[in-house]
Amino acid sequence: MIELDNVAYSYGGGELLSEISLQLSPGSFHFLTGPSGAGKTTFMKLCYGALQPTAGQARLFDRDVRSLDRDEMAMMRRRIGVVHQDCQFLDHLPISENIALPLNVSGRDNIDELANLKELMAWVGLKSRADALPPELSGGERQRAALARAVIMSPDVILADEPTGNIDWEMSQRLLRLLVELNRMGKTVMVATHDMNLIRAAKGQIQARVLRIANRRVQLAGADL
Amino acid sequence: MKLLKTLTALFIPDAQADRVVPPTGFTATLTTFSAAAMAFLAVFAMALTLASGRLADRWSNELARSSTLRISAPEDQMQVQIAAALKVLETTPGVASARALTAEEQKALLEPFFGPDLPVEDLPIPQLIEVNETSTGYDSTGLRLRLAAEVPGAVLDDHTRWRKPLVAAASRIRLLGWTAFLLIGGAMAAMITLAASAALSANTQVIKVLRLVGAQDSYIAGAFVRRFTYRGFVGAAIGALAGTAAIWLLPEAETSSGFLTGLGFQGTHWLWPLCIPVLGGAVALAATRAAAHRKLREMP
Ligand SMILES: Nc1ncnc2c1ncn2[C@@H]1O[C@H](COP(=O)(O)OP(=O)(O)OP(=O)(O)O)[C@@H](O)[C@H]1O
Ligand SMILES: [Mg+2]
Repeated sequence: MIELDNVAYSYGGGELLSEISLQLSPGSFHFLTGPSGAGKTTFMKLCYGALQPTAGQARLFDRDVRSLDRDEMAMMRRRIGVVHQDCQFLDHLPISENIALPLNVSGRDNIDELANLKELMAWVGLKSRADALPPELSGGERQRAALARAVIMSPDVILADEPTGNIDWEMSQRLLRLLVELNRMGKTVMVATHDMNLIRAAKGQIQARVLRIANRRVQLAGADL
Repeated sequence: MKLLKTLTALFIPDAQADRVVPPTGFTATLTTFSAAAMAFLAVFAMALTLASGRLADRWSNELARSSTLRISAPEDQMQVQIAAALKVLETTPGVASARALTAEEQKALLEPFFGPDLPVEDLPIPQLIEVNETSTGYDSTGLRLRLAAEVPGAVLDDHTRWRKPLVAAASRIRLLGWTAFLLIGGAMAAMITLAASAALSANTQVIKVLRLVGAQDSYIAGAFVRRFTYRGFVGAAIGALAGTAAIWLLPEAETSSGFLTGLGFQGTHWLWPLCIPVLGGAVALAATRAAAHRKLREMP
């Protein structure tokens, strides 16, 4: 679904990431870990086409990202659900409308889909906060809302960048369970995190692979965590 | 069909799509106000253009193709000279017809000046000959030379001499009117472009989020285009209405030939200001669309 072939990326200085070759196959669950500033977010952006590799080739659903025009890129974004590290909401719209935004921009905001929205809000435990504006939510609530928005188009791939960044263990567990549930429904999932406990907790529930960014490379980490 | 859909989409707002861009309040009022001011001026430019056009047409039509020959001669020579003059005229290329005015006609011409009781027959007033030209016209210098030789008492009043500069002036004013109209349209486009660019820049974060959730450029641009087209249209409608009312209320003076008093609309021309809101909306649409696509191309 997402294939990186000898990809490198640099923001202008030296290369931040080099020689990355990787395939995310359908239904897989990956963790992405590494020290702060190692390039996890950058790697995620390469995976959803927000950045184009400075060398090598990135293919999303068998299309080279360089060959996509702006409209095709928009269509691609509808097939990849992303939980951004900083959530990225429209602060003037209530959270329920923020979650429904992908439906709205793709013209799919019909009755059926909006019924799904109610269900989804209940699933992430935000039913009672539906009318709150994003700045009025707690960090954990925002991250659950971001997850809900990422999955509302039922994308094939879900990329979550530090979805448990600023929430307590209890809530992290809950978010993880949501992601595991999605993976069991057949979605491909990748989660960037530095929380080793989260990764250990996940290993008890599903078959997850761990990718680690070190020395500008992305390596498959062994079982030793 | 596609056009129809685009047009209806413009006027039946997509409530949801319009909400994704936060409301702007005060600056929105400014845009509408500027559009209204432009439209108000545009009505006057339009009135000026139409009025000078009317004037130019009137001058060139009423006075075209006719001139007058005036014969002053002692009474005993009058008939001879008239006959000679008519003969010259008949053989002049470019003259369609020539006819001596009857005493009654001459009397009617003089009546406004001397009253109805003037005994025209008894006065040594000149005899007038009305000359109608063909569409090509005649060579007035040549005709004058021949008349001087054969009809010494004849003076040719060739209206083109004073008509031409007047028609030229009126045409020039009409051109100025059009120029003003175009300039107003250009200023409106510039104003909307500035306002739309400011709105787009103020909403960079919103646009970024929309792109991230898979919005196509047309969706994002549409939200801005609808907004500014609406403001441009409503502002222009208000301004056009006010401008038309102002012209309608202009005090009417008696002299129909005066220039200023001719400033206004006549007949179906009153419907012309109706196209100003449509043009205002169209200018706003084009300007916003261009600004939006320019801005969007700069963003990932
Ligand atoms: N737009 C940018 N322009 C220039 N440098 C950037 C840009 N974005 C990130 N960087 C740099 O690239 C490096 C990797 O950033 P990135 O956000 O990918 O790290 P990360 O692994 O996600 O870190 P964290 O765990 O703190 O989120 C950092 O040193 C950062 O300063
Ligand atoms: Mg990061």
